[in-house]
Formats: sequence, C-alpha cells, structure tokens
Amino acid sequence: MRSNLSSAFFAAGVTFILAFPLLGLQLTTEGVSLILASSSATTLSYVAIGVLAVFFVQLFKEQILGQLSKVKPKPGTISNLLPAEENRAKLVKPGVLFVVVVALLWPFMMERGATDLATLVLIYIMLGLGLNIVVGLAGLLDLGYVAFYAVGAYTYALLAENLGWSFWACLPLGGLLAALFGFVLGFPVLRLRGDYLAIVTLGFGEIIRILLNNLTELTNGPNGIGGIPKPTLPAIQTEPDVSIIGLEFSRRASEGNVPFHEFFGISYDPAMKVVFLYLLALVLVFFTLYVIRRLMRMPVGRAWEALREDEIACRSLGLNRTAIKLSAFTIGAAFAGFAGCFFAARQGFINPESFVFKESVIILAIVVLGGMGSQIGVILAAILITILPELAREFQEYRELMFGLMMVLMMIWSPQGLLPMKRPHIELKQE
Amino acid sequence: MLSFENIHTHYGKIEALHGISLNVNEGEIVTLIGANGAGKTTLLMTLCGDPRASSGKVMFRGEDITHKPTADIMRSGIAVVPEGRRIFPGLTVTENLHMGGFFTPKEDFYKTLDYVFELFPRLKERQSQRGGTMSGGEQQMLAIGRALMSHPKLLLLDEPSLGLAPIIINQIFDTISQLREEGMTIFLVEQNANQALKLADRGYVLENGKVVMEDTGANLLVNEDVRKAYLGG
Repeated sequence: MRSNLSSAFFAAGVTFILAFPLLGLQLTTEGVSLILASSSATTLSYVAIGVLAVFFVQLFKEQILGQLSKVKPKPGTISNLLPAEENRAKLVKPGVLFVVVVALLWPFMMERGATDLATLVLIYIMLGLGLNIVVGLAGLLDLGYVAFYAVGAYTYALLAENLGWSFWACLPLGGLLAALFGFVLGFPVLRLRGDYLAIVTLGFGEIIRILLNNLTELTNGPNGIGGIPKPTLPAIQTEPDVSIIGLEFSRRASEGNVPFHEFFGISYDPAMKVVFLYLLALVLVFFTLYVIRRLMRMPVGRAWEALREDEIACRSLGLNRTAIKLSAFTIGAAFAGFAGCFFAARQGFINPESFVFKESVIILAIVVLGGMGSQIGVILAAILITILPELAREFQEYRELMFGLMMVLMMIWSPQGLLPMKRPHIELKQE
Repeated sequence: MLSFENIHTHYGKIEALHGISLNVNEGEIVTLIGANGAGKTTLLMTLCGDPRASSGKVMFRGEDITHKPTADIMRSGIAVVPEGRRIFPGLTVTENLHMGGFFTPKEDFYKTLDYVFELFPRLKERQSQRGGTMSGGEQQMLAIGRALMSHPKLLLLDEPSLGLAPIIINQIFDTISQLREEGMTIFLVEQNANQALKLADRGYVLENGKVVMEDTGANLLVNEDVRKAYLGG
C-alpha cells in the first residue's frame, strides 16, 4: 500500500503536469498582447477529475487488475476462442476457404465506403506482413519502414508522370527499388543491434521523407504528385489485331486503353473502380502471404528466426549474419515497395505527408499487436488498427487517445499479441 | 590437424592470450583445462575468428585460417558447441538440427539426422519439442547434435559439463569418447578437469593466458601441481 501511495502521487503529479498547462491555461489576445488566462471552471474540474482518477486507479491498481484478470482469459486471448490445437489443423483448410470467399464477395455485399476501407486494411496487412519479416522473424527493430513504402509509392508516381509507365510495369520495379533501398540501408546498420538499430532506421525514415520534401524539382516537394493513373486490367484485344491492352475503370479511357465497361459492353458504374482496386489489393495480399509463408518454411526463414533467437549460435554454425540480416531487410522492404506502389495508384495523389513517422509506428504496432512473427495475428491487428479509428470517427480529436488506450489495454490483456506465433519466444534461464 | 602458433589475442588493450602454441592431431581428444579467466574460451573464440588473433597463426588442415571470415571458418569442417549450449530456444529440436546442417547437402542431411538421433535417442523422442523447454542435459545433447550436423572434422566443445548433473555429465562424456572411436577429432575445453583428463589423449593447462603444462591426459591426472590446482588436492 505504501509503495502504491507514492506511485499514485507520482502518477497523479505527472498527469497534472501534463494536463494542467495544456488544458487549464489559455492564451488569449488582449489588444496586441497575449495574456495567459485560466480556462473555464468546467475544464479545470475535468483536469481535477482526471488527476483524481489516475490517483485512485494507481492506488488500487492491484484490486483493479485483479478484477481484470478474472475477466482475462489465459495468455493469448484469441487463441482461447479458437478450437483446440489438435482440431485446428483440420479446420485450417475450410477456414481459409471461408475467409477467401468472404474476402472475394465483400465488395459485392458491402457499400462503397466499406470496400474502400477494406482496401486500406489490405494495404496495412501487406505492410504489416512485410515488416513482420524484419521485426517479427529476424528480430531487427525497424522504425523507418515507411521509407520503403514511400520509395514504392514515388517510384510509380514519378515513372507514371514522367515516362507514362503503367502500373503493372511499375509494381515489380517499385518492389525492386524499395528492396535496393533496404539493401543499401542494410549495410551500415548490420553491426547495430536493438536500440541502436531502431535509431538508425528511424533516421533513415526521416531522411527519405525530408528528401521527398526538398527535392522539389523531382518530387514537387510538399505539394506532392497528383493525377497518378489508376491501375488497369490487362486484357487481350482481338481486333483490329491481337494485342494486350489495359482496361480502365473510368468513363473514358486515355490513349491506347479501352474503358472496362465498353470492352465488356456493360453500362458504366463508378463503383466498379473501387471494387477493382479492392480485388487488386486482395490479390497482392494473397501473393504476399503466399511468398512469405514459403519463405518462412525455407531455410532462410528458419535462419531469420535462429538469428533472432541467438546470434552467436548462428555464427558458430557458419551462418553469415550479414547475409541473413540483409535478406530480411531487403525482402521486407520489397513488400513495402509493392504496398507503396498500390497506395499511389489507389490515392491518385501522394505527398510526403503520407509517409511520416506515425505510419511507421502504426505498422510496427500492427506487428507487435498481432504477435511477433504470426501472420494471422498481423492480419487481425491490421484490421483492428485500421478500422477502430474509423469507427471512432465521431470522437474526433479523441481518436488518438482511444488508439493509445487500446494499445495499453492490449498489452495488459495479451502482452504476446493477439495471436502469438505458435512458438513464443522463451528465454533460457542459464546463459 | 589444428595448430596454434604463438597466438596473442587482445580485448581492446588488454592482452588475454600471451603467445599460445598448441596442436591437435587427427583422431585425438585434446583437452584444455584452466581456471576461470585463464583464456580457454578466448582461445576457442580466436580459432573461430572472433576476437581475431592480434599476432600468431591458426592452422587448420594445412591452411592458415587466422584471417578468414568467421562464417568461412565455421564452414570449413570445424563445428563448435558453444559455452552455455546456446541452442535456439524457440525452435523445435528438428529445426535446431536443421540450422546445424544448414550447409549440409540435402542427400547427406537425412543420413546425418538419423545418425544424430541414433547417438541421442532422447532427441528423437523430443523432435518437435521446443529447444527451450528441454532440460539442461537434453539441451547439451541438442547442442552437440546440432554441431555434428555439419559433418565436422574437428569438434570444439566449450565446457559441455557446465551446470549439468553428474550422471548427465557421464553420459555426455561417454558420447564424446564414442565420437572419438568413430574417428572424430575433439578439442575439449573444460573446468571439470578430472573427467576431461581421464578421457583425453593429451591435455594442456592454461594459466593467465599462457600454456603452463602439456602432457598426456593420464600424466596430467597424476601430476602434483595439477591435482592441487584443479582436482582438489
């Protein structure tokens, strides 16, 4: 109780220091000078209530957490809702099939807004899966992942604007270029570990963003690049001669392309574009999932995990840690490149504001919340993190607060993530 | 097969090994005993290239490996069972062994796997168990098995008896002598001098980064100074 009391005073003090100057004081203009005035009595009482609430929660922490843990299922909240481990294998196939069917039918059952949101979720799933390689599997904390996302997006935007390249040509190129950046970043950071690595990658993320902001001639700086063409659906034309053309989902197609509705002889529906983008994102996500699953089963995937677990042991087995780290960085970055490429195509407009540090944090949060290394966990977390703020739109400025609250609760409830990887990290007692 | 020629190794400015010369012939068990901080592990790590020897030469099968990259050294027929086992706790037994046989060609791989399972039937029983959930003795078996997966010519063991119960230590040492009978060359670094010397063909005593004695295992075992210093009188 004694230590609780002091920590309660401390927490209440911190809350007061944080809340009072921000909420309790106001700058108002009086004539030409600024004066500091106290806020209204209601605001002040809110601050007081907040401070008191923190105080009492801290004071009775044990009791509250005790109550919580009664509600709290055993570690891995979601795991308990799932069928028993031995039955799970049988259910995997029908389960996956069900999810695929629902995902495919989604845009036809839902309205446009929901499909659009789902597309956003898919982008984050792709990013989460990519970062999962770096953070979850290889154990390299990367805080600048958004840089690779930006590289992918700007690759498509610049190539489409300046050279008129199509989405399909730029998609692999965006991935490749992002991978190249990952490779280049990989070299200097190889000798770093943990916190130091995090700082360097954080810096890299900022470098890319600031570069994009300041290379005005190339990237148009903060004004961004607009009018990025939407992806087209490749189709084979039989007349006048056999050739591959791109079907566009707009009313009128640009030079050399044919509108989708004309090609199939149906009436024009603007919703088709949204549906197509969604399906395209879905295909990309399935591709990502498939490739990463394969990689995880390959020796290189096992090497990533082994490197995360024990670097010295890895070296003692003759593994080249440089090569392993580089491969994780490069492959992880490539998927961010794909996601970025698609993002640019979907938005039609990008500027450096889309690639701020907060994005890196969100993607990292997806990986951590999902349970490091777990793919299904990452998917669930991506859905949760993208959709919750949208649902909480009514709360407006409190959205960030809810985001934070969600994270804190998550970490209390299920510190290993939503669906921890089948083999959680176990620390050896002896060293 | 393996020889150290006047090896000096530094940690920063501190010299940990002051000119060590030592050799291991093919097919024998050579043990290195010494107190804590004598430089046993440092010598082993110098062989692996981390830290690098600041002067002197490490020769392995007629080749100078002093300056080869660690990864290359570890792939050239040397396998190490590191101090404290250092198995991958989150990977299963089979996956741990897979990591050991990372560079073993696929045809040989399953043969070697069977061989390791034969050597340690316990590991076969626990194939799909996570390394970290096993007992210390089983983990040591796994560490040795993992090292064997790469078909080494020379096996380096760094304190395999560390923190194990006497009966398990006996088992581990039995396995080591079995390996010798199969023609493996073994370099054994041990604090458990009694058992190590009984097993070894030859032994070196290391003190403060210098080799102070060199003799056959049996001779060292009865040597008065060694008895006093390492075998409890």
